[in-house]
Amino acid sequence: MANMTKEKVRMPEQPPVVRARNFEEVALGYSPRLAMEEAERCLQCRHKPCVNGCPVSVPIPEFIKSVAAGDFEAAYRTIVTENSLPAICGRVCPQENQCEGECVRGKKGEPVAIGRLERFAADYALRSGVAGGAKPISNGHKVAVVGGGPAGLSCAGDLGKLGYEVTIFEALHALGGVLTYGIPEFRLPKSLVEEEIEKIAELGVTIHKNVVVGRSITVDELFADGFEAVFVGSGAGLPRFMGIDGENLNGVYSANEFLTRVNLMRAYDYPRNPTPVKTGKRVAVVGGGNVAMDAARTALRLGAEEVSIVYRRGMEELPARVEEIHHAQEEGIQFRLLANPKRILGDGVWVTGMECVEMELGEPDASGRRSPREKAGSEFVLELDTVIIAIGQSPNPLIRQTTPGLDIQRWGGIIVEEETMETSKAGVYAGGDAVTGAATVILAMGAGKKAAKAIHESLSKD
Amino acid sequence: MYCILQKDRLNDTVERMVVHAPFVARKCEPGQFVMVRVHEGGERIPLTIADYDRERETVTIIYQVVGFTTRQLSLLQADDSLSDFAGPLGRPADLEPKRRVLGIGGGVGAAPLYPQIRKLKELGANVDVVLGGRSSEFVILEQDFRAFADEVHIATNDGSLGTKGFVTDVLNKLLAEGKEYDEVICIGPLPMMKAVVGITKERGIPTGVSLNPIMIDGTGMCGGCRVTVGGETMFACVDGPDFDGWKVDFDECIRRQGMYKDMEEHLCLIEQEG
Repeated sequence: MANMTKEKVRMPEQPPVVRARNFEEVALGYSPRLAMEEAERCLQCRHKPCVNGCPVSVPIPEFIKSVAAGDFEAAYRTIVTENSLPAICGRVCPQENQCEGECVRGKKGEPVAIGRLERFAADYALRSGVAGGAKPISNGHKVAVVGGGPAGLSCAGDLGKLGYEVTIFEALHALGGVLTYGIPEFRLPKSLVEEEIEKIAELGVTIHKNVVVGRSITVDELFADGFEAVFVGSGAGLPRFMGIDGENLNGVYSANEFLTRVNLMRAYDYPRNPTPVKTGKRVAVVGGGNVAMDAARTALRLGAEEVSIVYRRGMEELPARVEEIHHAQEEGIQFRLLANPKRILGDGVWVTGMECVEMELGEPDASGRRSPREKAGSEFVLELDTVIIAIGQSPNPLIRQTTPGLDIQRWGGIIVEEETMETSKAGVYAGGDAVTGAATVILAMGAGKKAAKAIHESLSKD
Repeated sequence: MYCILQKDRLNDTVERMVVHAPFVARKCEPGQFVMVRVHEGGERIPLTIADYDRERETVTIIYQVVGFTTRQLSLLQADDSLSDFAGPLGRPADLEPKRRVLGIGGGVGAAPLYPQIRKLKELGANVDVVLGGRSSEFVILEQDFRAFADEVHIATNDGSLGTKGFVTDVLNKLLAEGKEYDEVICIGPLPMMKAVVGITKERGIPTGVSLNPIMIDGTGMCGGCRVTVGGETMFACVDGPDFDGWKVDFDECIRRQGMYKDMEEHLCLIEQEG
């Protein structure tokens, strides 16, 4: 008999006052007992709506059944047939819009905590040293993957399992893309990202770090070097700025810079790590997405006394995950909603404040979005010493500038055939944020997976 | 890992390393740079490519020991390895055939100047060079430039070598003597580049400069290296590092370069105290 409790089994968390000053993980994960109790809530539906909600089609009821039976290794093995990075997805996927959004139990009460269970099974496997898949026998075909983020890793993992000789080209000194430089330690421990990526490397994937495709080597040169297909998963890492006065003052960061310093370069551990970061006492983060929440919560942990989110729409419209907004509020982040920056003020060198204007929301437009407009004469000044801009990113232009024949959207996204992720250039596939603009980790992984399937179909034909 | 094949000292604070880096050596052009991480856990610093050898797959870097990370670099010898060496990065310099070019290099800025001036010479230009430094030991690559340049002038602040004064004093003298240049390329400390552009802009001589702002990734994903050029924000790591000197907001560059000065000094102090 299933556990018919309406609520998910609660996952232990660090208390807000403690965690707001450390970089350790906020959510502590289920114990085996809690995991089995939650797994009992799954009704094992025959039509499996949850699987339809998962961009990489993890066999959800099957793995949950193993968790309920206490066979955690079997649960892990079931998950990794479809998902190469389950410890990561279990933590950062917006499950409310995906698998859990479709769960039957969600109609009367809370859905089954699929994400927490996936995380539990993956953590169990990493902790108890369950080996990854053995290196398969090579089929002799060479495929290049540009970018070691979620899209590239998932594409490389799937092709590796099929016996392809895959080489990942990564621009930075560490793999993981946004998992490594963007999402903070307190949401996604980096040691875990490294371990999970190591499982992909064990499939025999070759990794070239410090190689910037477009500069170190071009896509055409990859083909000349014998690669038969190229997957571009170069992400959307180009930060947007507002173009307002004072944006180049000292103390103004893009969220990408701020988070890269702290996460990839571990500036939070200065001076043991030599990369510095400057967080003042009063910090404003401009924007309302997950990146803004990450930057604000990071600033708090670095010792800021007051951190506010400045967003031009209201609470309802914040694009960040509800859970992240909730965590931020618990930790004491202020929300200055319906406010838009007009200019950043400084003493000639450093930031001293930001002039904002109050906004109001108009009637919904054709797309259903209520567009914000300024309230005349409502300008006000926030006194600050740091401003972090988190208003979005676009695809890096390097690949498109150096790859003739690649069709691109006006805003910079690579155009692909939706079913196969094929681009306009023969043999070149693309996926993830490079195609969609900034989206989610799991959608990028889904795209990498789709491309791997299409590459396999194309190369195994000959 | 990237093996150091050769290392030598050019003077008390400036050193040269030849590093085995196949991907960089295969593609790099004058004007480009690399991001270097000396050890696992270290910071990323940008260093300009001073020379390269495609056959041997090597890249030469020349750096001045100014702080924590360059000191760590300086402790390494031939046969040691660098943890990371990413590149080539940045846009290659726009080097079109010119008739008469003046290269001005301040201190370690002579290193990135070298491949650009040599290439212009190969393209058929007459090239003169002015090298500057605080005193004689800060002037580097004099012989390397003399090997192909038409004239090489030196300026030191204390007069220990060449003209006593600044590179701008030599520049003014050359122009006063009636020397004409189609272009000046100037690489060195920001105040020096600013002073040179102050003169050349007035005289209508196009002047290229190479900016060296604070960088983290060096690939265009953070904007830490942003500079204002012609009123527009540019990222030096992808739009540069070479820019039209007439258009650069040098004062802003100088302000931004000092952003972490106190923390850098702190780090060096900790290191000294062990």
